[in-house]
Amino acid sequence: MNTSLANPSRNGIGIQVRGLRKGFNGEEVLKGLDFEVRPGEIFVIMGPSGSGKTVLLKHLIGLETPDAGEILIAGEPIQSAGVMDKYRMAMVFQSGALLNSLTVGENVGLYLSEHRLKPPPEIARIVAEKLEVVGLRDAVDKWPSELSGGMKKRVAIARALVIEPQLILYDEPTSELDPLSAVVIAEEIVRLNERSQVTSLVVSHDRDLAFGVANRMAVIHQGQILTIGTPEQIKHHADPKVQEFLRAHFKRAEPHPNQ
Amino acid sequence: MFQNIGEMVVLFWRTLLSLPMTWRQRHKVCEQFFEIGNASLLMVCILSFFIGAVIALQTGPVLVSRGLSNAVGGVVGISICKELAPVMMSILIAGRIGSAMAAEIGSMQVYQEIDALRTMNINPIQYLVLPRVVAIATALPLLVIFAILVGWLGGAFVSMANPHIDISFASFLSALREVVMIKDVANGVFKSFIFALLVGTVSCHQGLITRGGPRGIGRSVTKAVVNSIVLIVIFDYLLTRALLS
Repeated sequence: MNTSLANPSRNGIGIQVRGLRKGFNGEEVLKGLDFEVRPGEIFVIMGPSGSGKTVLLKHLIGLETPDAGEILIAGEPIQSAGVMDKYRMAMVFQSGALLNSLTVGENVGLYLSEHRLKPPPEIARIVAEKLEVVGLRDAVDKWPSELSGGMKKRVAIARALVIEPQLILYDEPTSELDPLSAVVIAEEIVRLNERSQVTSLVVSHDRDLAFGVANRMAVIHQGQILTIGTPEQIKHHADPKVQEFLRAHFKRAEPHPNQ
Repeated sequence: MFQNIGEMVVLFWRTLLSLPMTWRQRHKVCEQFFEIGNASLLMVCILSFFIGAVIALQTGPVLVSRGLSNAVGGVVGISICKELAPVMMSILIAGRIGSAMAAEIGSMQVYQEIDALRTMNINPIQYLVLPRVVAIATALPLLVIFAILVGWLGGAFVSMANPHIDISFASFLSALREVVMIKDVANGVFKSFIFALLVGTVSCHQGLITRGGPRGIGRSVTKAVVNSIVLIVIFDYLLTRALLS
């Protein structure tokens, strides 16, 4: 990824995925995915657990190599030399993936300090600014183990923001969170998108989050994309698998009359 | 173990290529260095003192009964500096520090911290492996020099205190100085440097290939220690052969 912050671009970048396939131990997890994320939009990939969402994200940030197909970042193949250095991309992991041996402030400033992009006082200022954005300015000296799940995710978002990304990938940003924390995270995603026109790709099985933040969305099932469209189009999609996922809710069994 | 040797060689090579980054990572190297020293110094002291003592106890009476009392210092001195101190200390460090390295890096792998580093374009070899390998390769030879001195003291103390040996401290040291050359101490220290590279590389490699949660971390720790000890013993033979010739 680009390690220069001299002229941070405020424009998001687009992604195109064509015929992406990936298997592990002979089992195909991604079965030929095709979709496009437009610059500056919030694109949500929704689907049940185990449908290949996280594997897909790992391909988009270069942590996995596809068996077949291609990924274009701003029109350039992700494998071609220099692409990952040319564009600034960040990922917010499902668990937050904060380094437990560093404080919150050190975690957020890690990118700048390791690449020596700014002097320490400037890094401290940027860290405070980014933590302020996610409402955690007072947590700068805390350890990740002292934070709640929601706070960890917000720190992870702050860490991603330090990169001044053109593309942010969110992996299940509201999983394991209470509804109030989930709303805070969702608001954060929308606010960041509006503030910096960053392209945001969110994978989630949280229907409220997906329909709340998405400009467009895709539904993925068993490694295949079932449909792509606006939230309104997805809501009224005729595919029974899509409707089954969207309408699934817990229904308590009626007590037997003799009980 | 053997299926991973190729990966370990690659990791070691990449660590060597990262050596110019050592100055940039100096704070982490110092942290690791002091952790190794802090965690091991007392253990090294106790272990090496009693190793020296037991070697004197085993060989002393036999040599004295055959009229070779002036050989006790030499036997204890040479066996400690050329063999026992480097091998025993390296095994101790494999258990104490190698396991900690594998556990720490393994848990970072399992909990996606290493993936997070990669997404920030931070090379895990430069950030995690290099400081640990440099620190252990510096600390272990120093610990071995310390262990040799304490081991000699242990041998001298038992030779003096045991009525079946009964050699004065000065006689023990003078016999030792006649036999043990600087080259012998250097041999032991050189061996420990190679063992340190083995322990560091094996432990970091096991950490990096950890899969599957807490059970996977436990498995990596065990493998790191066992593989390190096996390699220490094999390389001990090979290095001894090479240094003798």
